[in-house]
Amino acid sequence: MTPDTLRYTEEHEWIGELNGQYLVGITDFAQSQLGDITYIELPDVDRQVEAGEEIAVVESVKAASDIYAPISGKIAGINGALDANPELTNKDPLGEGWFFKMTDVDVTELDALMDVSAYRTYLETCS
Amino acid sequence: MQLIYEKSQPGRRALTLDALDVPTCSLPADLCRAQDARLPEMAEIDIVRHFTHLSQRNVGIDDTFYPLGSCTMKYNPKITEVAANEPGMAQLHPHFSSSPVFESECQGAYALIHELERQLAEVAGMKAASLQPIAGAHGELTGTLLMAAYHRDHGNTHKDTILIPDSAHGTNPASAVMAGFKVVEVPSDKDGTIHLETFEAMLTDKVAGIMLTCPNTHGLFETDVAKISELAHAKDALLYYDGANLNAIVGQCRPGDLGFDVMHYNLHKTFATPHGMGGPGCGPVGVGERLLPYLPGPRVVKKDDSFTLATPEKSIGRMAAFFGNFLIAVRAYAYMRHYGDAGMKEISRNAVLNANYIYARLKDTYQSAFPGNYMHECIFTALPQAEKGVHATDIAKSLLDRGFHAPTIYFPLTVKECLMIEPTETESKETLDAFCDAMLAIAEAAESDPDSLHAAPRSTPVGRLDEVKAARDLNCACL
Repeated sequence: MTPDTLRYTEEHEWIGELNGQYLVGITDFAQSQLGDITYIELPDVDRQVEAGEEIAVVESVKAASDIYAPISGKIAGINGALDANPELTNKDPLGEGWFFKMTDVDVTELDALMDVSAYRTYLETCS
Repeated sequence: MQLIYEKSQPGRRALTLDALDVPTCSLPADLCRAQDARLPEMAEIDIVRHFTHLSQRNVGIDDTFYPLGSCTMKYNPKITEVAANEPGMAQLHPHFSSSPVFESECQGAYALIHELERQLAEVAGMKAASLQPIAGAHGELTGTLLMAAYHRDHGNTHKDTILIPDSAHGTNPASAVMAGFKVVEVPSDKDGTIHLETFEAMLTDKVAGIMLTCPNTHGLFETDVAKISELAHAKDALLYYDGANLNAIVGQCRPGDLGFDVMHYNLHKTFATPHGMGGPGCGPVGVGERLLPYLPGPRVVKKDDSFTLATPEKSIGRMAAFFGNFLIAVRAYAYMRHYGDAGMKEISRNAVLNANYIYARLKDTYQSAFPGNYMHECIFTALPQAEKGVHATDIAKSLLDRGFHAPTIYFPLTVKECLMIEPTETESKETLDAFCDAMLAIAEAAESDPDSLHAAPRSTPVGRLDEVKAARDLNCACL
């Protein structure tokens, strides 16, 4: 799983496949905009979610932001380490700072999301 | 400064109890603490000094300019304290209003409640008002419950959604959800106001109401409000006015005349009652014709030459014990009577003038978030300063060293590196100039010596606090 193989949403989330499950997190741009993250509220495991549904909240010293399901599916697991160490998402947003993983997804929904070059172009409009 | 526990000396006492002259008895063991409570042991004079020193470290509107945007930190004229401390007001027991036996003792208080509700209704173009809600957000909840009652009564069971612009006051979505509605956010256009075509597309049959703050939290008047009202009412959706920014228009135009059906007033933001941090507050609701039957009860009503209590047949019921925070209402009444119609007009005019004076002095140095036309507050983004490594928070902290309370920062969320400045109407040109000079000096330091701002504040009792640690590692301690 590298930045090049991930898909991206306009809300600055990423999704990528790892061992048959789909990991979701926020991008480096998102964490830099939020500033120091103080708390991350993650969805319940086994919850069925629709693409675009608000399923998590990130709180930083500046703001609280909703996190949306990038595609539809089931929440198969969450990153429990974030409860005690939300700064992992600041330090390593594409790695140790992942939020949750999904299964039972329709992979064709990924096609609607941006690839890395499209996301880089999109970032230029988000100064 | 030491905590009170650090000053404690074993065995020291503030008072001496008389010798025990009654038999002792033991409490049941399961009701007793395993260990004695940890209480500070101090002499009375040291306790007095401790809390006096703490109080001297407070910052408030009576000390300094306090331009906290969106919050309208109005000066509270001392005449309102005189009114609230009148023995007939201050010593009236709330339970007198619980029994008809004491109705004669309550006549003065009832007259004041009746008259203040009438004044509030008149100043906002509403049919009636209720003083029951005990805070602004409680007023929002009351207002949204009134909207729910209207739709229930009219069989509008499909109406389950409230539209709220992203420039609305921050508590609106929570209030609407508590009243059982779903919330859909309406995006602003780049000018900072509602984009009419977008709004129209979102206004489906499911929409029960729209909650607007006007001027909105971008400090801008929603110029399409008449059209929004027309579109909403065509769908039997109700229009809610959040009174957070009423100070900008009070005496100039009235929400009722703009088409609003229901609203709340923040007495502390417009009618100069003491400000928040736990209250006590008062967030009256006002209603137009449509919502009149559902007002909270009981209400003070006039019967012949005296006042009594009655509950409207379709009332949503009580929203607070007694009549909310009555002595806050007394302050607002004194304020309104003191200033009168002409005074109200001058208040809003000066509030807008002061904000625009600051805008004019700072706009070439700080980047305005929107193309101007500000009402009672002006909004800048510190993005140009952020490129030099100086963020909104550094500017805010640096203002503390220069003797001013900081403006609101990082709100509204729609503006990056936001600095939201609301001077209110009472400030002199000298004060506004001193503040603007400080802002300009900070901008200059951001260019020449950005590191000096990162260390601010230096002159406060404690320096830069670790906000991240405070949020991540919450650990409360007593002073």
